[in-house]
Amino acid sequence: MEHIRTPKVENVRLVDRVSSKKAALGTLYLTATHVIFVENAPDTRKETWILHSQISTIEKQATTATGCPLLIRCKNFQIIQFIIPQERDCHDVYISLIRLARPVKYEELYCFSFNPKLDKEEREQGWMLIDLSEEYKRMGLPNNYWQLSDVNRDYRVCDSYPTELYVPKSATAHIIVGSSKFRSRRRFPALSYYYKDNHASICRSSQPLSGFSARCLEDEQMLQAIRKANPGSDFIYVVDTRPKLNAMANRAAGKGYENEDNYSNIKFQFIGIENIHVMRNSLQKMLEVCELKSPSMSDFLWGLENSGWLRHIKAIMDAGIFIAKAISEEGASVLVHCSDGWDRTAQVCSVASLLLDPHYRTLKGFMVLVEKDWISFGHKFNHRYGNLDGDPKEISPVIDQFIECVWQLMEQFPCAFEFSERFLIHIQHHIYSCQFGNFLCNSQKERQELKIQERTYSLWAHLWKNRADYLNPLFRADHSQMQGTLHLPTAPCNFMYKFWSGMYNRFEKGMQPRQSVTDYLMAVKEETQQLEEELEALEERLEKIQKVQLNHTKVKSKQSEPSKQSGFSTSDNSTANTPQDYSGNMKSFPSRSPSQGDEDSALILTQDNLKSSDPDLSANSDQESGVEDLSCRSPSGGECAPSEDSGKDRDSDEAVFLTA
Amino acid sequence: MEFSELIRTDRAQAELRRGPEAAPLRGTLCVTGHHLLLSPGPQSTPDLWLLLLRSVDSIEKRVAGDSGTITLRCKDLRVLQLDIEGAEATLDIARSVEALSSLESVITSFPFFYRPKGLRLGDAWHFHPPERYYKRVARETNAWRLSEVNEDFSLCPSYPRAVIVPRAVDDDALSRSARFRQGGRFPVLSYHHAPSGTVLLRASQPLSGPQKRRCVEDEELLRAVLAGARPGARGIIVDTRSSHAAKQARMTGGGTEAKAVYPGWKRLHRPLERGRPLQESFVCLVEACGDKEQSMDRWLSRLQGCRWLAHVKEALSTACLAAQGMEREGACILVHGAEGMDSTLLVTSLAQLILDPLSRTMTGFQELVEREWIQAGHPFQLRCAHSAFSHARPKHEAPTFLLFLDCVWQLGRQFPLSLEFGEGLLLALFEHAYASPFGTFLCNSEKERCLCEVRTRTHSLWSGLNQPKEQRKLWNPLYVLNPLAIWPSVEPQSLRLWQGLFLRWTRPPEPAEEAWEKVWQIVTESQKTEGSQPTVSA
Repeated sequence: MEHIRTPKVENVRLVDRVSSKKAALGTLYLTATHVIFVENAPDTRKETWILHSQISTIEKQATTATGCPLLIRCKNFQIIQFIIPQERDCHDVYISLIRLARPVKYEELYCFSFNPKLDKEEREQGWMLIDLSEEYKRMGLPNNYWQLSDVNRDYRVCDSYPTELYVPKSATAHIIVGSSKFRSRRRFPALSYYYKDNHASICRSSQPLSGFSARCLEDEQMLQAIRKANPGSDFIYVVDTRPKLNAMANRAAGKGYENEDNYSNIKFQFIGIENIHVMRNSLQKMLEVCELKSPSMSDFLWGLENSGWLRHIKAIMDAGIFIAKAISEEGASVLVHCSDGWDRTAQVCSVASLLLDPHYRTLKGFMVLVEKDWISFGHKFNHRYGNLDGDPKEISPVIDQFIECVWQLMEQFPCAFEFSERFLIHIQHHIYSCQFGNFLCNSQKERQELKIQERTYSLWAHLWKNRADYLNPLFRADHSQMQGTLHLPTAPCNFMYKFWSGMYNRFEKGMQPRQSVTDYLMAVKEETQQLEEELEALEERLEKIQKVQLNHTKVKSKQSEPSKQSGFSTSDNSTANTPQDYSGNMKSFPSRSPSQGDEDSALILTQDNLKSSDPDLSANSDQESGVEDLSCRSPSGGECAPSEDSGKDRDSDEAVFLTA
Repeated sequence: MEFSELIRTDRAQAELRRGPEAAPLRGTLCVTGHHLLLSPGPQSTPDLWLLLLRSVDSIEKRVAGDSGTITLRCKDLRVLQLDIEGAEATLDIARSVEALSSLESVITSFPFFYRPKGLRLGDAWHFHPPERYYKRVARETNAWRLSEVNEDFSLCPSYPRAVIVPRAVDDDALSRSARFRQGGRFPVLSYHHAPSGTVLLRASQPLSGPQKRRCVEDEELLRAVLAGARPGARGIIVDTRSSHAAKQARMTGGGTEAKAVYPGWKRLHRPLERGRPLQESFVCLVEACGDKEQSMDRWLSRLQGCRWLAHVKEALSTACLAAQGMEREGACILVHGAEGMDSTLLVTSLAQLILDPLSRTMTGFQELVEREWIQAGHPFQLRCAHSAFSHARPKHEAPTFLLFLDCVWQLGRQFPLSLEFGEGLLLALFEHAYASPFGTFLCNSEKERCLCEVRTRTHSLWSGLNQPKEQRKLWNPLYVLNPLAIWPSVEPQSLRLWQGLFLRWTRPPEPAEEAWEKVWQIVTESQKTEGSQPTVSA
């Protein structure tokens, strides 16, 4: 690779983020796709892998006596600091990474070299797993009111829209094309979700080019057609998700919003969600808070408030709730837009759909939802998540916010979702990883031109194959919550919005709950199922035996197997955790922070994992404490870990105590 | 005194509203000596609604025309509204409730009248923690003995009759040490950590005063503690006040242990909030939780401004420091603040929970509360006289015990498999500490409880909790014995607002309850399957 100035640097230290004194010595490798750090410690040889595409910023800090520090911040919120002995090496690594982290061609991305050893057929099947035409069928389309339109065949009308779109039956090609000319980037109103219970629908578009007074007959007819497609209501809501001020400013540029006087029977509504620049800065501020070293409670809460992040999350949720209520309670259709209709509109439509339709709260349904509202409708993944080197002002955590909205709902309704937090975290990871082709480019058209489906693999198939890892054991499909709309408390409730440390501090494993309820329950469930199957088999066998009347032989059934049960019911030594530095700035307990003991494994791929055919980070279930917990739950595995650990720490304690 | 004198009207027609999610209840409202009850008409649900008057924290009345509204804010943070027919009736009922809910006499309180079916008086008062706990300590070490020097509560009115003290120190020396400590609270054993052979002690501040007085017996006592642990053992005194506050205390006769005369002991100051500021923090938080109209930023700034979570963080980290001192440094720990009845107990009880797997079981935790809070003389009657809604001028109120429960909840959230009890138990303890039909949390000390004959004339909460109904809420189905210490993270990102308590009445309870039910279901199913293995032997 021509961009790698130095493929290997020895005697590099990986700094422990919690205690700067504990650093691992090892070798740093640069490959075409990853930064790899291998620890020298002969017994572990721990490895840390960082995908180039995950690298957000690289910072070369002032050289100290020990070497030259290099700080890498990742898009999945991991922060890694290396200390490289020679300034020259550090510079080489720095320059190489600057280039490697900012590819200029799609072909440089990991998904084009990633090979999970699937044959062609399996790959094709993977891409067929999520089928949007199936999804529209599930919604009950086409029907008397809605039809599939081929007006955008070969992307003739709108190059950021998909080719297959549902529009009202009464909207002729003439109306659609006319309307598209009156909309930013020709993103005309099209169906996002159809609520078959009462015929109400969510449609989406971009802003109208209304300026101060412009009108467009076809656009007015288009909205009329949407209203007519819902016989149950004599008006539609038009929801502009921008703050009013922003929308008004757009009028000066010949854009703007619908004038209620020109459109018959619309109710116009602003919902102030801020633009991508505000959101980018907000995340930046929140991450700065997350990065603080042992902040006080006030520092943290103040910083969180000051970042505005939760306020923005709430604004998106409020918009989603408004739409879901309009649809399910008022039976009115809603047209949603923002400026271009690919960021806030995508967020709001998908949150509303999630609230309305239990299908989207299932594993597969959620993939469909992302495919529909984000991928197919031309959310600009490449620009927003900086997959290729581009304008940094285009980058913004739009889908991250949607993913967080889903998490906030999961916290409120623990039984309503088929998937767990881990599913969301892994999707977030892969939006940035570029390991799968799904999120490449800015539109369907670009993806088609790039022949993504022939050259890369689908994330959905990968997640589906490993779905057992993502299930929520508390999910109740039979349940009232699941059968319809999720009902949020009527009063505005800020309390329900919480800081998501499982996402933004997910690599700080010491901060996460040390035991995972989800993993424990999944293990219990699996065990129950196994036992039930075994029981069935045994009963069958018993029946046979009785039939054959083999009274003279003693059937020693395999009684050893159920003993696995005791594996997790005996003792939970998984909490082989060590205390953190509780002494704060107290001089009498100088700088001992034994916290990270064995927790480094959180961010590190062990060799075992590497040998496995799947180099995907997610396969290691790295971020979650749970997997580790379960493996330790067997009595033998559990006991050695803590003793080893405490033994190690004891020495240092004594030393510290004596010096104090 | 007759309650009837205080009851101006004993019945009226009323409608009860219990928040936005619950349906209103109509019926006849009655006031009795200890309860407010609403009996619905014969056609509606048979359920009688009952409220212990003692649990009313504040009452607000409004009259309009010939009807009125009473808003009752309860000590468990519930807000109830009663629409009453008749303006006069409204005022009368409000006054009656006001008078009856603020009665201070202990022996006329409801626990002395409460006689539930299925319980016999005196049944569950078998908890004798000092004696019982001493048995455990005696199995582990012989450096300690049970002393009955406080048999008649003369040495220390807030200690129980029996305390555990170093074997090497005689009762005479104890009484001298007691005279050197505020309120007579001389250093006693709180917990013996067998794996490290170290101990956790608690006391009150020494009365060294401006002249830096000494007490040889007190010094001897602490020296004996170290000698009993192991030769050359060190000790740490965790003072829950700032060093400035500790120095200031000298002016009023208090102070701290001088380093020079307590060889082997070093002192750490970890200031913990107590008293009125803590009560105010609680009031502010509850106020913020009740305001649904505020913006997101306002909510976060109020959450920060009330400092409750900061107190949680400080309490937990101090407890961790003490626990770490024992387990990791092999040091003996003495905890005290000023009086040694509030933040001291917070630290010692949390440290045990972190270190001791037994205290994380259902019985162990109940014993811990009994031993480290009730018997140790936390003045419940004073501290829990009012909750967050009261308009009365706060005197001695402080939610120290609630802060303890919150910290336990945080531990449970970070180690969801390691506590045998669930959130339900913590909520029940909170409720009963502030208003209860049981006698467990009555009075301020063992001495007062003896005078009031609480043990013979009231029922114990512990037997009440062991009754079969609602056990599923109290127990944690996920519990698996964890023999290790549980070190929590005290980073702000790891601590959360205890929604189950502070937002208990403002959010719909169903989702959380359903999740808890589901957890139970999964675990019970697994147990059933396990139990139904066929035995194929013939």
